[in-house]
Amino acid sequence: MIELKTPISEEIIRSLKVGDEVLVTGRMFTGRDAVHKYLHEGGQLPAGVDFKGGVLYHCGPVIIKDDQGQWKCVAAGPTTSIREEPYQWQVIRDFGLRGVIGKGGMGERTLAACKEYGCVYLHAIGGAAQVLAECIKRVPNVHFMEKFGAPEAIWEFETVQFPAVVTMDANGNSLHKEVFAASQAELAKYL
Amino acid sequence: MNRLFESLLELIRRTSTVIPDDVHRAILASLEQEKKGTIAANAMQIIDQNIALARNKSQPICQDTGSIIFYVEAPASLDQIAFEEQAREAVKTATKKGYLRQNSVDSITGKNDGTNLGPGSPTVHFHQHRSPEISVRLVLKGGGCENVGAQYSLPNEKLKANRDLDGCRKAILDAVLQAQGKGCGPGILGVCIGGDRATGYEHSKQQLLRSLDDQNPNPELATLEKDIVETANKLGIGPMGFGGKTTLLGTKIGVLNRLPASYFVSVSYMCWAYRRQGMVLDAEGAVQKWLY
Ligand code: SF4
Repeated sequence: MIELKTPISEEIIRSLKVGDEVLVTGRMFTGRDAVHKYLHEGGQLPAGVDFKGGVLYHCGPVIIKDDQGQWKCVAAGPTTSIREEPYQWQVIRDFGLRGVIGKGGMGERTLAACKEYGCVYLHAIGGAAQVLAECIKRVPNVHFMEKFGAPEAIWEFETVQFPAVVTMDANGNSLHKEVFAASQAELAKYL
Repeated sequence: MNRLFESLLELIRRTSTVIPDDVHRAILASLEQEKKGTIAANAMQIIDQNIALARNKSQPICQDTGSIIFYVEAPASLDQIAFEEQAREAVKTATKKGYLRQNSVDSITGKNDGTNLGPGSPTVHFHQHRSPEISVRLVLKGGGCENVGAQYSLPNEKLKANRDLDGCRKAILDAVLQAQGKGCGPGILGVCIGGDRATGYEHSKQQLLRSLDDQNPNPELATLEKDIVETANKLGIGPMGFGGKTTLLGTKIGVLNRLPASYFVSVSYMCWAYRRQGMVLDAEGAVQKWLY
């Protein structure tokens, strides 16, 4: 297990390899379809939000307000990342992301951007909404709540040891491509 | 009808928050199978922790609480309209209580009114039988795994799949290959051979009502079910597609007659977060026993 603390340096990111298991601690932002499309079309991040060195989580969390009026995350599994494939490369390039968390993996353009700008794709365990919510200790802020609605808003998370696996690294490797090719070759033996 | 409402609400709560025993056993068995310390084993470990947390906190196993599909078997005396009204009320309340996410979107306007009620949501399938017993089963089918379902029309030249059981096998294994880990594997397949495009998918979903350790009464299909699981688990796709030994936890295959002109193989993929439960009701609508 490799501990990562946000903000993460380019050097550390480039040292990660596919198959590495990581635990992410620190500030993390959520962003899914609406946020990606908005940034792609030239939209600016809200004041006080800086993705530089940071990690973006493809997630539409379930968040409630507790008795003290604080946000509390009750379910926060990853959503399918491939929907952001048309936009992700640009968001990595323009906003200095070092990590993208989601599920299912992403395509060639994102893989190329990871290599060029120094970023990795981290695969969280799909469906593990409760375990992952437990790693989100605080929800200090939310942005674009009015504009995009709760699941699509940019939520700020304070995480402690959020588990994920590097499945696309900054050296052009993709575990998804490797496993697909290997399983295809294997299947041919049994047909 | 108040009893019925309470029972339906509890059915939804259990389905969303507690994994059925047969599925949990299969998950634990696969956790044993994976080599200790591998990514696959650690992924299965997190999945197992998640199952325990969801049950203890009475919160959804996965935040995508899926399509809400009821299957009702009842005598002709059941008032289906009244039943469906209670089911809708129970869904609305379960959503307010957080057992279900606000998960139903108008396909044209994109609006989500937060109730989970609308055309097709929930879906209730009624089936009449001669026995006085009323049984209600519920499946919550997530979107990520629904997206990797597939329907093949045989023959398929690319797969060299003809209109026979070997052709079906090739189609089903291709569905496993294409899905990789994207449907939150390890997965469970419900398959239908035959039918039309609509009934084929429908019947493939109904296979998911079968217990994982049942035995297909048709020996040829029983063999095929076993073979699909064994072969899929040799492919090295593994949990989440990380690589590993567990790609499928089970496969259930059903058959419908077809037209001479068509030969469909329909595959529904269910994620590890296999949410299904069922209950037998008494005449007042109180739960007599749980089915899984
Ligand atoms: S596929 Fe299943 S486990 Fe994965 S996110 Fe969807 S509902 Fe959850």
